[in-house]
Amino acid sequence: MKNSIAERISDFLKGFPPFNLLKEKHLLEIATDVNIIYLEKGDVLYAKDEHYHDYFYIVRNGGVSLYHHDTDNNKHMVNINDAGDIFGVRPLITKENYKLTAIANEESIVYAIPIDIFQSVTKNNVKVHKYLITSFASNAYDPYTAEENTKIFVDYLPNTSQDIANFQTANYTKNPVCCKENATLKEAAIKMSEFKIGCMIVVDDKKYPIGIITSSDIKNKIATGLFPISTVVTNIMSSPVISDKKDLTVADAQLKMIKYNIGHLCITEDGTPNSKLVGVLTNHDVIAALGNNPTAILKEIKRASRTKTLRAARRKANGLLVSYLDQNIPLTHIINIISQINDAVTMKAIEIALEKMPTPSPVTFSWLALGSQGRKEQLLFSDQDNALVFEDVPADKYEETQNYFLELSKLVSKSLNKVGFEYCEADMMASNPAWCKSISEWKTQFKDWILNTDEKAILLSSIFFDFSHIYGNQKLANELTDSIYDTLSKTAVFFRFLGRDALKNPSPLGFFKQFLVEQDGEQKDLFNIKYRALMPLIDAARLLILSKQVRGVNNTYERFEKMAELEPNNKELYESCAYAFKALLKFKTKQGILHNDSGKLIDLEALTKEEKLKLKRCFKPLHDIQESLKLRFDLANF
Amino acid sequence: MAWTSWFRKKYNDNHPEFWKNYVDGFDKKIKKPIHETRFVAFDTETTGFNKKEDRILSLGAVEIINKTIKTNNTFEIYIKQDVFNPETVKIHGILKDGDLEKVSEMEAIQSFLAYIKNDILIAHHAGFDYGMVNEMLLRHGLGKLKNAFIDTGVLFSKSKHIIYRENLKKHYTLDDLCKELNVSMADRHTSIGDALITALVFLKTIARLDKRNVLKWDYLLK
Repeated sequence: MKNSIAERISDFLKGFPPFNLLKEKHLLEIATDVNIIYLEKGDVLYAKDEHYHDYFYIVRNGGVSLYHHDTDNNKHMVNINDAGDIFGVRPLITKENYKLTAIANEESIVYAIPIDIFQSVTKNNVKVHKYLITSFASNAYDPYTAEENTKIFVDYLPNTSQDIANFQTANYTKNPVCCKENATLKEAAIKMSEFKIGCMIVVDDKKYPIGIITSSDIKNKIATGLFPISTVVTNIMSSPVISDKKDLTVADAQLKMIKYNIGHLCITEDGTPNSKLVGVLTNHDVIAALGNNPTAILKEIKRASRTKTLRAARRKANGLLVSYLDQNIPLTHIINIISQINDAVTMKAIEIALEKMPTPSPVTFSWLALGSQGRKEQLLFSDQDNALVFEDVPADKYEETQNYFLELSKLVSKSLNKVGFEYCEADMMASNPAWCKSISEWKTQFKDWILNTDEKAILLSSIFFDFSHIYGNQKLANELTDSIYDTLSKTAVFFRFLGRDALKNPSPLGFFKQFLVEQDGEQKDLFNIKYRALMPLIDAARLLILSKQVRGVNNTYERFEKMAELEPNNKELYESCAYAFKALLKFKTKQGILHNDSGKLIDLEALTKEEKLKLKRCFKPLHDIQESLKLRFDLANF
Repeated sequence: MAWTSWFRKKYNDNHPEFWKNYVDGFDKKIKKPIHETRFVAFDTETTGFNKKEDRILSLGAVEIINKTIKTNNTFEIYIKQDVFNPETVKIHGILKDGDLEKVSEMEAIQSFLAYIKNDILIAHHAGFDYGMVNEMLLRHGLGKLKNAFIDTGVLFSKSKHIIYRENLKKHYTLDDLCKELNVSMADRHTSIGDALITALVFLKTIARLDKRNVLKWDYLLK
């Protein structure tokens, strides 16, 4: 019989992963058994420790929040799922009770996807499996499971479809070192240290694996005195072992390791523990098989001796970024990886430049990243913003020394430009004499900005106050920070200037809850997400953290998180700001990838209604934080 | 035999078995708490608005139990009719000889009654749909529908606070409610699409009533 509703559900599902990877007829089969659930705001779909459902969920309209309860049973919001987001996938991977609580954030409609049917039609679909593994293993859906499991996988999530490594057969260690069941632990440990291995399989007479001993067993059970070293291995081994067949794919191995929370799989003749052991597969084997990963890229960067190789490595990181966003990997994680890569690229560019210089550097120096790279939240290629601090030298040597570093900076800038970072239009680069100075000169410069504040100083402060040390003598950077905080403690007026600046872009929603778009010029009718949404949050975070004299926290979201820690009464506001910032940055990055630009200008017409709602939701904390700044820094009449 | 004559006869011997089953179902009806109660939202597409002359072209229905609609238990049927009105085709899109699989009125009645059972019916401007179905039943020598029914138009007016009621429109179309309650208008003007929309409108309205703690059975059905 015709089922128009199922057809309509299928139309919706096919727009979102992993359903977009399914055949139409399978999708319809799933859709026919979907339950449409209506949730009022505050309705609980499932609660922590509740028995798992036979369904997982996708939001159709509205939003569903996931909460984690800590040991004191405090509720922390982990994520808000919007239209098209899947959640509650735990029962798909492992039949365990829920670890998180799902509550409707607003009036919502969710589709409940029947797990049995979903599994039967996706049985052999590796892409779908991969998507689900990553969804599950990444913080995006269930952050607290990722931490419990072998954390290592969070770093090495498989890539998009072009990366076929995951579906290749895993390379395991053949003929692993084993011991008999009657061996003592001491004998086993001696063998392990002799072969430099971290685990040993215990086998019976027929060479069937019956248990496994790992270094951590020795650490936890012997070194603590729980068992004497003369104990037989069977007393401390983990048993039974988890096993699989020889032709296991990397993706399946990964899934199994996550599922059972283990780091070793026994490979046996028929795949069960009741046959001969032929090998061992460790999580390191899995990682090695997943070629395009951050570690591999970082290694490539470190080995690069020419800008050209550096560029190739940085390009790979872009591919990584795209696939991470695709897989909904948590943004904090993506930011960490990409900024590490960016920093490594800069370091390498400096090293290459140093080699090209005719002489070694006359004194030590510190290379500073400014702006978004300084805040370590740069995801796409953007402009180079950097500066250089060098040690104080006698006045007669100053010009000579500065010239040396200007020369060096030019080489670095050129090389970074080749890699893909555009020159800064405002020339805020270390190759500009104004931003390549001795430590004393820099201190004077910052003092001047702070004590004799004017419009220009405020404009520059947004870039210069977010510096972070990248290369060279870190002491110089620390000295500069100390001096800045020292000066800041002498004045309050500077904060009010910064505050006023942070308020210059009011909440991006107009009176009728419409987006405020650019009024004229080439950008007419486009929404500038950078200036209207991200900058106010970045500015607010900087101001707050400077006023609290906190050092070393440069990320905007980390700054808000730090504020939440320092001021528990406003915890909720700060946490929502951190969340909004991450959501907005992700949005900007996705738009940037889509249009191959910086992503800061968004054509609202091209957004779906859901995307618009998602954006709007981020503006509430923005408005609230601005109100709070007004009070705190007495800005109403400033 | 003798005892039945003491009561008003529920049905006569000529009535088909399925009708007897349907009618008997109401004797066994037990009142359940609202979250266990089965509601059936339904809609008809017709050749026009004249209850006597126009005919039902399709019937669509979905069931709601505990705020959940099961896609695998929806009802969607298209009926063969000799009466045809080209004027309304542009609304419902059902052609006289389209590709849709169609059944006779009698078959449609039989499956529809089996689907709705003794449960509470929901329709938007229920009077019309209820009336169209009743006319169809009477044409085939059967009685009228016995189910309790809820009109989402009336229910919506009730969900408004008393002080706003005077400004209410007399007549809320399903389109009005979709806009007001933010329900997607996909498949509007197909019977199954409208049935689903009606179900969602019902759930959203109930949620608003619930907040004001006026959700009682007699209130719903009044």
